[in-house]
Amino acid sequence: MINLVIPVFLTAGFLISIRLMQSPRTALWGNRLGALSMALAILFAFQQLGVTENLQAFIYIVLGAGVGIFLGQQVRMIQMPQTVALFNGLGGGASALVAGTAVAISTGAEPWVFWLTAALALGIGTLTLSGSVVAALKLQGLISQKSVVVKAHGLILVLLLLAGVVSIISLIIIQEFRYQFIIAGLFALYGVFVAVRIGGADMPVVISLLNSFSGIAAAVSGLAVNNILLAGVGSLVGVAGLILTRLMCKAMNRSLYAVLSGFVVPSTSRGTDETETVKGEMLSQEEQIPYLLKKAKKVVIVPGYGMAVAQAQQHVKDLQQALEKAGKVVKFGIHPVAGRMPGHMNILLAEVGVDYEKLYGIDVINPEFPEADVVIVVGASDIVNPAATTAEGTPIYGMPILKVSEAKAIIVCNLDDKPGYSGVENTLYNENHVIAFLGDAADTIPKLTADFLKISNGID
Amino acid sequence: MLPTVVIFLLVCIILGYRVISAVPPLLHTPLMSGMNALSGITVLGSLVIYATSPPGVKGFAAAALVLAMINVVGGFWVTERMLRMFKQDRQEVEGADYIND
Repeated sequence: MINLVIPVFLTAGFLISIRLMQSPRTALWGNRLGALSMALAILFAFQQLGVTENLQAFIYIVLGAGVGIFLGQQVRMIQMPQTVALFNGLGGGASALVAGTAVAISTGAEPWVFWLTAALALGIGTLTLSGSVVAALKLQGLISQKSVVVKAHGLILVLLLLAGVVSIISLIIIQEFRYQFIIAGLFALYGVFVAVRIGGADMPVVISLLNSFSGIAAAVSGLAVNNILLAGVGSLVGVAGLILTRLMCKAMNRSLYAVLSGFVVPSTSRGTDETETVKGEMLSQEEQIPYLLKKAKKVVIVPGYGMAVAQAQQHVKDLQQALEKAGKVVKFGIHPVAGRMPGHMNILLAEVGVDYEKLYGIDVINPEFPEADVVIVVGASDIVNPAATTAEGTPIYGMPILKVSEAKAIIVCNLDDKPGYSGVENTLYNENHVIAFLGDAADTIPKLTADFLKISNGID
Repeated sequence: MLPTVVIFLLVCIILGYRVISAVPPLLHTPLMSGMNALSGITVLGSLVIYATSPPGVKGFAAAALVLAMINVVGGFWVTERMLRMFKQDRQEVEGADYIND
């Protein structure tokens, strides 16, 4: 009975810890409760298996924990996407090792379910490991961030997956433990081939998916070694990853298949080419910007991946403070897929101390754009591109965007006026009430702030 | 035992879906990295394998233990660091008026 009661209590602990993650006020305690539940789960496992017989295992636990603390303390916030990817990979790798070892020490008396779940844990685990390593290398910039497609890429993927499934079935039928190396090899290759194909802006989807896989691998390895807590908690992670994957896909209006196959429609339509969208009052150029800001009552700042690349979040915060000091209302509009992982912009802005109450999601901020006097776009293109609603047949068509063009004036602080990741020309630049203030955001934003302060302090 | 495991797993999926869906986008990164730490729960499987395997294959189980623990501790550690950053009005801005929304 105790074997059921304690896992149920611990799982409740994990569930409550996620419940606490629903609000930024309680999330920190949620994380701590999760860590505590995990520590208790490990102690419970020791107690069940015999503490004195397995004292050596403590060495490995302490070793792993030490490395974990070291890595967790060393990484900088900007490296968070690749850190999450790497940790996902380690979890998947560990699950694969558990399943593989379980197969290696099998007695031959196990039911077919054991072979099935062990083979699945092995396959999904190695796939998670290899895919995560490739994703982490891409995010760290050690290999090209672009989508890499080799000849007959699609065919190779199908063949690898097929061979993987065949080898899993063979393991179940023949129960020969050496087959597991074939399974591991095939799925590891499969993970590499899937991940190299993923381009930069699709990363939020892939990281969420790998997160899910690391959980699913843990859950099936839990079924293989008959560990109820492992199966339950693993499935929680699997569900969380799938929820995020679905949200990210929805926010890009792309199917999971389209992301995984690296499928990008070549943009034949250059947005709304013929009918040069001309809206709003004509503004003259850059010199106007400080005056516009001085007149404005309400300003919305829309950050994108470009802000992360330029590491301009502190400058953006300085700008926000300067505007607020002058009595303006400043809000941030955050698109769900801005950046390289779910919620990326939020942690960058939190890092520099921007009040989280001022970060607004797409549904809340979109109706407010018409009353915004000025919108400042910092390093974002696709997520504010009006072509998403007009240019049929382009990759971003139908993607929910931040409707910045409804504001009275828009200042675009992007590096250049080239299209974003999707390759679709940004029709925003053609609109009359848009001023492009191009350059590295780490230079342009401080200049914006300085000019604004000069104007607002000088002539009053 | 197996049916119990399966039922438990299904209950976790349903309850998990409900609590996880309600986490706001603001906290999606910490949610993901916290979940990431939880995927290190495979340390339990590593322990079972470690305890039951003969000396010849103990090395694999030991490797699994180390990897899973890096995942667990590293995951909770970065989540802690991230969540500490989420603050409200860290410094008061004089004269600013947030009320007229």
